[in-house]
Amino acid sequence: MKESKLRKLKTEYLGRTIVTVFGISIIVLTLAILAFLGYKGSATFLVNRHSLASFLFSSNWDPQQAGQTGSVGSAVFIVGTLEVAALALLIATPFSLAVAIFISDLAPRVGQRFLRPIVEIFVGIPSVVYGWLGLTVLVPFVAKIFHLPFGFSVLSAGLVLAVMIFPTITSVAADALQATPLESKEASYALGSTRWQMIRRVALRYGRTGILTGIVLGLARACGEALAVAMVVGQSNSFAHGILAPTNTITAVITSSMGNTVNGSEYNNALWSLAFLLLLISLVFIIVIRVIGRQREER
Amino acid sequence: MSLERARMKRTKAVDRVVTVALSTIAALFVVLLAVIMAWLLYKGAKAATPDLLSFTGYGVGIQLFNTVYLVTLSLLITVPIGICAGIYLAEYAGKGPIIAVLRTCIEMLSSLPSIIVGLFGFLVLIQMTHSKWNLLAGALALAILNVPLIARTTEDALRAVDRSYYDGSIGLGATRWQTTMRILVRASVPRIITGVILAAGRGFGEAAVLIYTSGMNSAVNFNNWNPASITSPLNILRPADTLAVHIWALKTEGIMANANQIADLSAAVLVILVLVFSLSARWMGNRFDKKMSGGK
Repeated sequence: MKESKLRKLKTEYLGRTIVTVFGISIIVLTLAILAFLGYKGSATFLVNRHSLASFLFSSNWDPQQAGQTGSVGSAVFIVGTLEVAALALLIATPFSLAVAIFISDLAPRVGQRFLRPIVEIFVGIPSVVYGWLGLTVLVPFVAKIFHLPFGFSVLSAGLVLAVMIFPTITSVAADALQATPLESKEASYALGSTRWQMIRRVALRYGRTGILTGIVLGLARACGEALAVAMVVGQSNSFAHGILAPTNTITAVITSSMGNTVNGSEYNNALWSLAFLLLLISLVFIIVIRVIGRQREER
Repeated sequence: MSLERARMKRTKAVDRVVTVALSTIAALFVVLLAVIMAWLLYKGAKAATPDLLSFTGYGVGIQLFNTVYLVTLSLLITVPIGICAGIYLAEYAGKGPIIAVLRTCIEMLSSLPSIIVGLFGFLVLIQMTHSKWNLLAGALALAILNVPLIARTTEDALRAVDRSYYDGSIGLGATRWQTTMRILVRASVPRIITGVILAAGRGFGEAAVLIYTSGMNSAVNFNNWNPASITSPLNILRPADTLAVHIWALKTEGIMANANQIADLSAAVLVILVLVFSLSARWMGNRFDKKMSGGK
């Protein structure tokens, strides 16, 4: 009896324990990220005694390095992030939907064999490479067309991000459209619809929540993208007057300044607060996607 | 009657216009990729000189080595953890509250902006251990990003295995663990490998995670293969910039006159590397699907 227990330990319990530990360690890791960033991010408010309102709503960004007190107004970065992401979404969504419809209903064979792999290749191109292309091709191009001294602008960042989030939205939307039941499509055709009428009245309606999920995923990616945006947005700490003006984003300011600050200084703490804010923003997106998904299940 | 006919004509015309418009956009999309690829390769080829391709001085060979080395190191950490977590999810987690929490955590980890993961790595692996930028920290931070991917792939692969395999093995008296390891995991290997290749491809291109963990420079001597020496390429505690990080560093602190050429070349090499991996993952996936559907 005792021997069989020992045997069972080797053949079952040991392995089970190991995988359970690794499984649980992922939970611990996630909580650790939340806790550490929350802790570092709170120093601006608890140690440097800035109010949450002055952090979120003031645009006076002048944090100090050594022991002194400045101001940590981050409104420029928050607005900049939202602007750039919204513009990217505005540009990418129509194109994504067009390609998604093409893949799902216009030419499914070509779409599956040819366009899907191409979407994957777009996803695979590293973000710095997009940034580098933006910096060396797009920015000079924007400067030339609009007669600007420099092409660093909300528009440049929006365009680079649009190319980056386009594959995300496309593939999720195409999945959603392809999930439309065949009976519904055929019923629509049987009632005399043209293909476009079927797509508009049946497929797009069926895929609505899936398409929305794709758009939110794209938005989340656009808000969190750091290097590509930092390379083309111009990093000027002022609100953009129009889409041809430079501005700055949360990710860009963190990436470019974190290395130059002293640990524990007001400047450093403010950057950690921005990082925590970014974490919270991406949490909001996850929750939104969950809510959308739940609605889809209920239907 | 004629009104009705006119309406039908219009509807059909709209249908045709939309079809042409959508097809044009899809074609433009293909052209865009072709242009981007051609441009990157053209600029890269133009910048390529034996000097810049070498493993010394400003040659990108150093960064290429760093990229492959760092990603390999990272996968050595990611793969066992990811597979174990995947096994737990598929076989042992059951349906209780823990799996709901774990799923949420995995979802969160995989959608975190990579700069956040990079900063967490910087905080825990560099600041709190009072060390300088190093390869190991970069590999660990990258692992945080890839573990959810591998865990999910493994879980999906295990769940896709026909249940009769499982029942057969249990019926013969094997324990759950023995069944999982000897039957289910073995049957899922091709899919898991596809996931690992995808993770590698992602690792090659990742930069935001690495700039504050493995650092933005490296000083290595390719004649020194003693892993304990700080200038040895094998040393895992030395700073190491990967190709992707190199492009970023050249942009932000490029002091060499030919920084642009080096970055062009790095971008081309990086894209080729990523492309080879994503195509081989696709090829493997296809081959696997064919095998499973009886070679049709």
